[in-house]
Amino acid sequence: MGVTQGAEKVSVADCNKVLGNNVMTTSLDLVVNWSRSRSLWPMTFGLACCAIEMMATGAARFDLDRMGILFRASPRQADVIIIAGTVTHKMLPVIKVVYEQMPEPKYVIAMGACASSGGVFDTYSVVQGIDQVLPVDVYIPGCPPRPEGLLYGLIKLQEKIMRERNSFGAAINVGDVVPG
Amino acid sequence: MSQAVVTKLNGAFAASVLDVKEHRGEVTVTVKKEEIVAICQFLKDEAGYNFLCDLCGVDYLDQEPRFMVVYNMYNIATKERLRVKVLVTEEGANVDTVSTVWSTANWHERECWDLMGISFNDHPDLRRILMPADWEGHPLRKDYPLQGPDRELYQGRIS
Repeated sequence: MGVTQGAEKVSVADCNKVLGNNVMTTSLDLVVNWSRSRSLWPMTFGLACCAIEMMATGAARFDLDRMGILFRASPRQADVIIIAGTVTHKMLPVIKVVYEQMPEPKYVIAMGACASSGGVFDTYSVVQGIDQVLPVDVYIPGCPPRPEGLLYGLIKLQEKIMRERNSFGAAINVGDVVPG
Repeated sequence: MSQAVVTKLNGAFAASVLDVKEHRGEVTVTVKKEEIVAICQFLKDEAGYNFLCDLCGVDYLDQEPRFMVVYNMYNIATKERLRVKVLVTEEGANVDTVSTVWSTANWHERECWDLMGISFNDHPDLRRILMPADWEGHPLRKDYPLQGPDRELYQGRIS
């Protein structure tokens, strides 16, 4: 419609003609869920070989940015933490601190066999699945999962966020979120 | 060349050298535990072994004595290597620290203590180095359960 070209000539009447007096009816939950799921910012946090696949997913070929998924280097700015790799008992306190520093609402993705179940590392030093400690939203199988797998998991998380109810209410302190 | 070191060592510590082995050009000397610091100091000062490559523990479960501490040292100038071993019994599993000789031994001995449970007398900072600080037990001992003490033993695949 050429808004920039000759913008000074466009009158209020012209605008009304183009856009009309349109009204969109929606629910507040849908708007909140839509904005949350389309700006999922993961914490930059890798533990093992899964992190390499996670980096590949973020890079040019698969390009997470096109889905509004931008890696953040601070837990204060992150919405989701992708547990990408083997979690050792020594690393567990660090992950707990990072998770607790993330603001609500926050989500957890267990990427790969190790984060989901300990994987092949059935030993004294390895946590047998991060779900023993953190509430996991999406499990992604694979050792490591291909970038397509991680993308699919993130899309599943977006779908899950879209199914949440009372997310607006919870944001203004009226009740709790009903998980999707 | 390495045999010259053994001759030197035999001259200075004849009573402490228990065994000398040469296999494919690698010389291994087993010495008395009590003399290890003096021997290491001698090897560093007189034989030029100025680099301690590795210090490790070995667990010979069901043998007596049960443990062994192995010192792999290297002479940077002449590119010679030497392996020195001491036998350590299970009760009173401790060796005098050689961190006064090579300061790199500090962390090696901490690792040996952490994973094998062999303690080092007069060590400046004998803490765990690999396992979490509140860990109990020494996981590289042969009688340590692989999946940890609080889990049932692996029974084979169920599927």
